[in-house]
Amino acid sequence: MKELFLVVHSLCTGFYTTLKHIFRGPATELYPEYKRPLPARSRARIILTVDPDGRERCVACYLCSAACPVDCISMQAAENPEGRRYAAWFRINFGRCIYCGLCEEACPTAAIQLTPSFEHADRDILKMVAEKEDLQVDHCGKDPNYNFYHHAGVADAIRPKGGHVNESPPVNVRTNMP
Amino acid sequence: MGLWLTGYAILMIKIAVILTGVLLLAAYLVLLERKLLGRFQARIGPNRTGIFGLLQPVSDGIKLLTKEDVIPQGAHRRIFLFAPAVVAATALLTFAVVPMGPDLHLGGRKIPMVVTDMNVGLLYVFAMASLSVYGVVLGGWASDSKYAMLGSIRGAAQMISYELALGLSIVPVVMLAGSLSLVDIVDAQAGRPFILVQPLAFVIFFLSAMAESKRIPFDLPEAEAELGSGYHTEYSGMRFGMFFLGEYVQMQVLGALTAVFFLGGWRGPLLPAPLWLLVKIVLVVTAMIWIRATLPRFRYDQLMGLGWKFLIPAALINIVITGFVMVGI
Repeated sequence: MKELFLVVHSLCTGFYTTLKHIFRGPATELYPEYKRPLPARSRARIILTVDPDGRERCVACYLCSAACPVDCISMQAAENPEGRRYAAWFRINFGRCIYCGLCEEACPTAAIQLTPSFEHADRDILKMVAEKEDLQVDHCGKDPNYNFYHHAGVADAIRPKGGHVNESPPVNVRTNMP
Repeated sequence: MGLWLTGYAILMIKIAVILTGVLLLAAYLVLLERKLLGRFQARIGPNRTGIFGLLQPVSDGIKLLTKEDVIPQGAHRRIFLFAPAVVAATALLTFAVVPMGPDLHLGGRKIPMVVTDMNVGLLYVFAMASLSVYGVVLGGWASDSKYAMLGSIRGAAQMISYELALGLSIVPVVMLAGSLSLVDIVDAQAGRPFILVQPLAFVIFFLSAMAESKRIPFDLPEAEAELGSGYHTEYSGMRFGMFFLGEYVQMQVLGALTAVFFLGGWRGPLLPAPLWLLVKIVLVVTAMIWIRATLPRFRYDQLMGLGWKFLIPAALINIVITGFVMVGI
């Protein structure tokens, strides 16, 4: 008898629960009509950002390419007359990219960054290959103040040895002698 | 000769109207089910083809028709091709005896609103239900696939078991109506629908009819979680569509039979008779969709236990009680 009560009770609970959901209304968001604002740090389309003074951040160090678990990043390093490295060509195969963000973590210059823009599917897989022109943007992305060359210990015309951020002036080792 | 021709023409018109209606309704029941199921799960359901997804059945049809019709290499070709037709045809044929309304009088001619008023209509209905087992069994067997085979074995066992309960649950209705003809059964409910006098029979009939039409929670023959999709695993294209169509026509058959046996058939106030039947069919189908949205699938031994140990004894007791009450009165 108790068992029968249990059966009836659980049936009623089940049917009541499903009925409630009819009046709750759908939780669906209609995608192309309504685009949910994505979190700023969600990972999709990759960009190459620039310094606060508008110069390419990428120094073609190959770290992103090495970190990439699916090997979708390739580039060719080059050097300009003032000794600054840059990528002669830079290619990301979005057909392979898994948007893991490891390249962004590996990048010492904050050049390569992932953005929330995800709507770049295509029927032709060759169109998914992005060249440097497609990736390069003219803003700083997530880090508006960072400039690699202000931190790097490489002396140049503007910043001599010891002139970088958080860098002590050079010490004459001979004066340290007892 | 002229009289014979007119009769023949009227018959053909009736068949055409019923076939069109049933097939159209089957197409839109798919949409209704998907929409309702969506709502039950806090989704929207199909809404891209036409307003509210009203063209969904059309696009589904086009898709099924243009898909490749694959026949497995080891399949028994002829039976494989034949099986889906059995399921769809038996379901459609059942509608031949369902009365759609009171007799129509047109130009001094009495036109019954039923394709054929058989005096053994009930037996005919059960014969068709039994034949539809062949579609399932042959389809599964001819596929030469383990999953399909398992599905059809389950289907055969389940449908044959529940046919007993189905038949026995209707006996009290036949006793009350005093006839096996579906038209007479509806006429006997002029005062009150039989659901009020025979609630137990209604529950047994409804449960075993759901098992008969292989709906969740009785969808053991399909059991997509265990068997791929059971007896129609190997079917594709429009042949799969035929199984699908058969299933949805069977839902309507179930709705129509529930209406005829327990809800007073086409009888009802205000609305015209065929519309009342339609309303009742849609009501029953909605209840089935609700059940589908709520209950999980039975385990196989539970399914057999429910059929043999509960429904059949209950139906037998119900017959005895009905008999005593009738003799007592």
